Amino acid sequence: MESRFHSVKLLEEKCKGCTNCIKRCPTEAIRVREGKAVINAARCIDCGECVRTCENHAKTIIANSLEDLREYEYTIALPAPALYSQLERASGPDEIVWALQEIGFDEVCDVSFGADIITECTRRHLMSFPKLRPVISGACPAVVRLIQVRYPNLLSHVAKVESPMYAAARVARAEVSSRLGIAHDRIGVFFITPCAAKVTAVIAPLGSEKSYVDGAISISDIYGELITRVGQHGAARPVYRGSSFGFAWANSSGELKALGLQNVLAVDGIHNVLDLLEEVDNGRLAGVDYIEALACPAGCVGGPATVENPFVARARMIEISKAVEAGSDYALAEAKQVVDKYGEEFFALQGELAAVAGLAIDPRLEVAIAKMSELERVLARLPGLDCGACGSPTCRAHAEDVVCGHASEVDCVFKLREAMEEVAEELLKLAKTDLPSLQRRNDK
Amino acid sequence: MYRKNDNGQAMDPAEVTPCGAARPSSEPVLEMSFEVGHYDFAAAGEAASKIKQVLRKLGMAPDVVRRAAVAAYEAEMNLVIHSVGGSILLHVDTEKVTLVSCDEGPGMPDISLAMKEGYSTAPDEIREMGFGAGMGLPNMKRCSDSFSIESEVGRGTTVTASIRIA
Repeated sequence: MESRFHSVKLLEEKCKGCTNCIKRCPTEAIRVREGKAVINAARCIDCGECVRTCENHAKTIIANSLEDLREYEYTIALPAPALYSQLERASGPDEIVWALQEIGFDEVCDVSFGADIITECTRRHLMSFPKLRPVISGACPAVVRLIQVRYPNLLSHVAKVESPMYAAARVARAEVSSRLGIAHDRIGVFFITPCAAKVTAVIAPLGSEKSYVDGAISISDIYGELITRVGQHGAARPVYRGSSFGFAWANSSGELKALGLQNVLAVDGIHNVLDLLEEVDNGRLAGVDYIEALACPAGCVGGPATVENPFVARARMIEISKAVEAGSDYALAEAKQVVDKYGEEFFALQGELAAVAGLAIDPRLEVAIAKMSELERVLARLPGLDCGACGSPTCRAHAEDVVCGHASEVDCVFKLREAMEEVAEELLKLAKTDLPSLQRRNDK
Repeated sequence: MYRKNDNGQAMDPAEVTPCGAARPSSEPVLEMSFEVGHYDFAAAGEAASKIKQVLRKLGMAPDVVRRAAVAAYEAEMNLVIHSVGGSILLHVDTEKVTLVSCDEGPGMPDISLAMKEGYSTAPDEIREMGFGAGMGLPNMKRCSDSFSIESEVGRGTTVTASIRIA
């Protein structure tokens, strides 16, 4: 399942080579070369941190557009629960469902219902899961990719269940197909995504052999279309609607609340996730049973393809969860029925999560050792300011780029100054040299 | 014993020999040294964390990285809690990862007792912090393929742990 597809892309004409993104990238995947950012595909986890950071909007998320709906006889929108937090003017979830139908989808199925299904599966899964603890939620594909790139030891800890998006896609397609008699492959199922990582997960699934979702459309791309339609008091019902717990998955800690377990822990923001996984990898969180880890601040509501301020969106998400509370018991019972009907295996993660090599300095150990020794020597000569002016995020990263032949030591402005000083001193010495013809004999 | 380097930077292998260890002839080696301060809980774990990052960069198997990181962490905590401060030397060649923890006191009067699971001389305030369970050295040994301790009361302790690569 080795795949190098990435949804995060650089718009070269907009990039000013400012080095802001290289400092924020959690896997140090970006360098600035010849005045433009360059993303290392092997290291990129599609977390979208650079999309958030770039003030010039030079980082973009390549996703599907509404044009792509035309390829299908019938289309279903799968809105991430986070979508509902983005449209302040909407009177309620039904108005947003209606607006999605207005912009071209035939039907809508809430991914919050998929979240209810996955909650049920995770509960059952944890009972039968071997003693290995903590189990790490696989809901955030950027986190799973981070584990694949950086913490291969922890791959066995990732919960072996599919994501809410997949669960919703499978049940919605099956329901619509049997109700309307349309073949599965004539139905286009599109995820309305708050982030880049989910786009990548749709196109290059983490574990599954095949994708059950046909495309992904960024919330930010259809925001304009939706905002002009809400407020007109239209209303429609989705194929399946999630419980208030399902909706709450969009916020950090939401999955944990839905699971209702003891000894659990939630972390959000990719840099916080990195620190926490380091602790898990060091074996220091053995007392924790379950970890919810989300790459975006405040959870999916803070995704790089969202529009609202993440904390405003989080507060609104709490209100929306309350608003759908009346139908919660029904939704939870329905999710349980679905799991009973299809079986947990149906929603289990297909295939193995493989480690992705990309961090090693060299594949040959003896070369790697020699390069590492050299790296430390180069690093000792660098100023240690981590200024980023060389185009690498830190002095250490620059030293690594030097020993790997991707950069030169004098790309460092301080090393360049030193070199210039040496040349200048040499020039001064030459300028002061007496010429034989001008030398005067001491006649006194 | 050997040259220490404040910044954990690599030293010329020709200048350094880890305590008692024979250096392989022409094979490439990596040596790095990390200072660890007595009761420096704010920085505790940083040496182990850096060692782990280095091994990861070298492309070591995840299991080797994990075992070395655990051994380094236990060695580091021992230096923080029990020693007057010391250093951890990381030595990597193509066959093994070696960690040498050196300090200059206080030394252990009875090594076999120190190796007993659950035995610890850590004071109560350390135990209240969740350390001093008497598992450090046994845990370090468990992670290693070869393990030795030399200690002299009043002089210091040297713990050497090696992990074979592949």
